Amino acid sequence: MNISNLTKLIKIAVGTTVIALSSAASMAELTIGFAQTGSESGWRTAFTNATKAEAEARGYNFKFSDGQGKQENQIKAIRSFIAQGVDGIVLAPLVTTGWDKVLKEAQRAKIPVVLVDRGLDSDPSLYVTSVGSDFTQEGAMIAAWLAVETEGTCDIVELQGAVGADAAIKRQTGFANVIENFSGMKIIASQTGSWSATGGKEVMESFLKSIGGENICAVWAHNDNMAIGAAQAIKEAGLKPSEDILIGSVDAIAEIFKTMADGETNVTLELSPYQGAAAFDALEAHLAGKDVPKRITVPGGLFYPETAAEEWAKRK
Amino acid sequence: MLNERTLPLISAIIVLLLLYGFGSIAYQGFFGLRLAGYLLTDNAFIIVTAVGMAFVILSGGIDLSVGSMIAFVCALMALLVVKFQIHPVVAIAISVCVGTLFGTVMGLVIAIFKIQPFIVTLAGMFLFRGLGYVINTQQVKIDHPFMSSLSEFGIIIGQGELNFVAIIMILFLALGVIISRYTRFGHNVYAIGGDAQSAALIGVNVPWTTVKVYALSGFYSSVAGVLFAVATGSAYPEIGIAVELDAIAAVVLGGTLLTGGVGYVFGAFIGGMTFGVIQQLINFDGTLNAASTRIVIGALLLLFILLQKIILVWAKKFSAKGSD
Repeated sequence: MNISNLTKLIKIAVGTTVIALSSAASMAELTIGFAQTGSESGWRTAFTNATKAEAEARGYNFKFSDGQGKQENQIKAIRSFIAQGVDGIVLAPLVTTGWDKVLKEAQRAKIPVVLVDRGLDSDPSLYVTSVGSDFTQEGAMIAAWLAVETEGTCDIVELQGAVGADAAIKRQTGFANVIENFSGMKIIASQTGSWSATGGKEVMESFLKSIGGENICAVWAHNDNMAIGAAQAIKEAGLKPSEDILIGSVDAIAEIFKTMADGETNVTLELSPYQGAAAFDALEAHLAGKDVPKRITVPGGLFYPETAAEEWAKRK
Repeated sequence: MLNERTLPLISAIIVLLLLYGFGSIAYQGFFGLRLAGYLLTDNAFIIVTAVGMAFVILSGGIDLSVGSMIAFVCALMALLVVKFQIHPVVAIAISVCVGTLFGTVMGLVIAIFKIQPFIVTLAGMFLFRGLGYVINTQQVKIDHPFMSSLSEFGIIIGQGELNFVAIIMILFLALGVIISRYTRFGHNVYAIGGDAQSAALIGVNVPWTTVKVYALSGFYSSVAGVLFAVATGSAYPEIGIAVELDAIAAVVLGGTLLTGGVGYVFGAFIGGMTFGVIQQLINFDGTLNAASTRIVIGALLLLFILLQKIILVWAKKFSAKGSD
């Protein structure tokens, strides 16, 4: 086969089709691209599905890209959206740094970008707004629940997230702000469990040894995984988690509902997987020329053992 | 010009053109300078890594350490620029030298102790990843005006942009092609990959060539690490995971025989671009899930390996007939 002839043929075919396609393109519906981090957790998948459903309900031409946990894939996805000339881009940034260049490219192409779930470390003028949950409020909600539950008297141990993580610092602050108002409530020990069940279990074991289970009223874990670990440690120490020691945490991962249904933790708070709607609202408002605030928070909801079995059946 | 050496490369080019042609017909905005520029930029660090890998595979070896090397070099750059306030040009020079040195050490271990490259570079993979974590476990922004001006630099061509990262990739690709075709070292790489014993008999210094091959791969993956740092302006020790496999796949997709001795360094570019085009086809479609990239790449790899086998068998038959 003659290669150069074939190449020429392809070029001609391609050229004519591109012209035909571009003239036929309709502008009626909005084309929105979504660069998701990946599908690393049950929550992430729920988030993806909720966003897809919302886009469908609004009649968008929706382009979804799964970054498979790699920033370079997310950058490629944003560039493909720019090349396609989408009307808006929704980005769930995997990491906080390294976005400047691609965001500038989107800006130059006059395509608005809305961040969801996590923020990033770039000039705020490079994106329309950042939609996410309010970590401070999450900490406050768990503290408020605990204050009601214990009538304002409780010695609390805290399992922190990764040291220096934004979510950990703000959840800690939000929680502390609320219990400040109750003279009978205080944090008697606080240490990082690095977001993991094993980390939570180890730290809880050391707390139980050094403080004694009878002196601890409640565990406040910055995420569900650590709460699951803590419940395990309490059980192994011969105490009943959720009765002898109350446990509250944040995230609403599927496994926590099983743990709660088994009567081992008391409350969890769901990071809303329905941020897509808020992001789309922001994009539409921006495209209509309206002002959009730089930060939009989506409230989460508390879940209790009463509905845990039902939720577990839905989510597992 | 069509023979068992060129046929795999030519088939690789045809596959790339077909995929690109398909995308151009099926999706608006696929054809054109804009996406072409993006493809060159986004796949630059994979292609540069694959060029180094091509030498290793041509010599009959393998280098599993390249992905970790990228992460390590990025972390080292961040350390030098952010913490020690060293100018990025010096930091780049130091990082590339350290990376090349690590490659050389692996080459020495392979050549002197005659240990399988798979094992030595696997150790390197864990070691460099670990060193990256020692330097830094967090994401770090490499904030320096020189770094930003590098990443901002670009030649605008129509709607597209040939930026710094893409230009460096093309230069290092050209360098690799020249080394492989016009230097004694390049010829020696093919010779030891074809048959190390015969190569030794005709006077090739096999151990020394091996050392140089791994040094070169270390050099190329360090350059890829620098490109990554420039492109994102940040360092994170978890980048580049499984890039070694992507680079090997790019080399094989580019028509190089995995057993060594046969293929072209230029194929690394074709393979890397094929990878990128498939990924963008899936992004443009926008409804397929991420697994599709892997499935298509897997199927293509299988196809290429089979194709190479068929060509080899066919070539042997043909040459046997010819010598009758």
